[in-house]
Amino acid sequence: MRFFRIALLVLKKDFAIELKSYEILSTTLFFAVSCVAIFSFAFVKEGEAAVDAAAGILWIAIAFSGTLALGRTFERERYGETLKALLLAPAPRPAIYLGKLLGIVALLFVTELIVVPMVAFLFQAPFFERPLLLVALLGLGTLGYAAVGTLFAAMLVRARTRDVMLPILLYPITIPVIIAGVRGTSALLASPVDEPVATLWIGLLMFFDVVFVTLSLWTFEPLMTE
Amino acid sequence: MTFDFDRIDITDLSRHFGRRKAVSRVSLSLRSGDILGLLGPNGAGKSTLLGMLATLVAPTSGSVTYGEAKASHRGEAIRGRIGVLAHELHLYPELTARQNLEFFARLHGIDSQTLVPAALESAGLADRGEDQVASFSRGMRQRLALERALLHRPRLVLLDEPFTGLDDRAVRIVSARITALAADGAIVILATHDLDVAEGLITRMAVVRNGRLLSDETASGGVRQRYRTLVESA
Repeated sequence: MRFFRIALLVLKKDFAIELKSYEILSTTLFFAVSCVAIFSFAFVKEGEAAVDAAAGILWIAIAFSGTLALGRTFERERYGETLKALLLAPAPRPAIYLGKLLGIVALLFVTELIVVPMVAFLFQAPFFERPLLLVALLGLGTLGYAAVGTLFAAMLVRARTRDVMLPILLYPITIPVIIAGVRGTSALLASPVDEPVATLWIGLLMFFDVVFVTLSLWTFEPLMTE
Repeated sequence: MTFDFDRIDITDLSRHFGRRKAVSRVSLSLRSGDILGLLGPNGAGKSTLLGMLATLVAPTSGSVTYGEAKASHRGEAIRGRIGVLAHELHLYPELTARQNLEFFARLHGIDSQTLVPAALESAGLADRGEDQVASFSRGMRQRLALERALLHRPRLVLLDEPFTGLDDRAVRIVSARITALAADGAIVILATHDLDVAEGLITRMAVVRNGRLLSDETASGGVRQRYRTLVESA
């Protein structure tokens, strides 16, 4: 219980900071919305969207804005070296990781609440025909992406080249998650909806999440000790 | 039962970053009530040594024993008895002074109801508790950071340049606080360049240079002279 209490404490602290300025939420949302809008200029011609573009654009917007959110979240911990203060607490260090991860996931969920209807509208994508499958795909994909991203962003917090290094490290590792997300979402957009294929990709996302979250919880403490 | 210790033993402690030996085979023993001045020029290895004592930096070789325990086995319990004031202040500027103290109190699993007002009072910030830390001067932040580090009544207190940004009055208050901590049984390690303040405050001095311990002796006056002799002759 103490493990989860510490994780929630870190999460609540991050919320309290974000509520003072809405800085990360607003920049992440702005970036995601801009990304979708720019793609819509390229892929929607005379009111007709390019076939299968919506799924890819949705996941690109999530991945890119997620990278921005990860960088900004840990930039806050770098100022005043507060990440060190968290690591100095008499608490399981993986609980600190979990708290930061939950914060990023929550932030990306809020972003998705805006971006998914926007993509659906601009690209005439029938996302909501199987809402439970869509929620499962987005939830599991976001968790997998954020699990790796949180670990890397924490590791890079002391590195001078962290802004460059984060996407370089993050994107290759999370490619399986992005592929599963895009393929699963495409299956949901097919006519008729390809439910077995979407479920298959959801299963794969579950597998990636278990692997990524377990590995991250396991390696966080040794990686954060200088 | 809460973990505690009354001595720490540093044995042949080394930390290498690639070919650079930041700390090289340092051995020291400290007891409850000691105020050790960790002195040395820039880049001597003081902060790395403090980092290893705080369990934030893993030693390349050697060990630190807290009473009978080692960080590799009882890391969480040991961290619960360590207070650190580093050069960076470990405060969230977006939060108020009270929110910062409450967060760290809860992180240490201690009751914030009575401790936080007392800590604000002690920092001389009782009337600024609801103000954002971002609006504080360096001196005010430094005092708040010290109280944050001492909130859980640590046994081992690691202070890295705690007098930075403080005016004379605040230096006297912080010095008195450090003396009181040691009198209460804390082990205080104070890394500083301010030899004038260290004089009369520290009970022992350890001089390091290029990662090596040049001297570990009782500080019996003439700290500046002794420091110069040791560092310049090394």
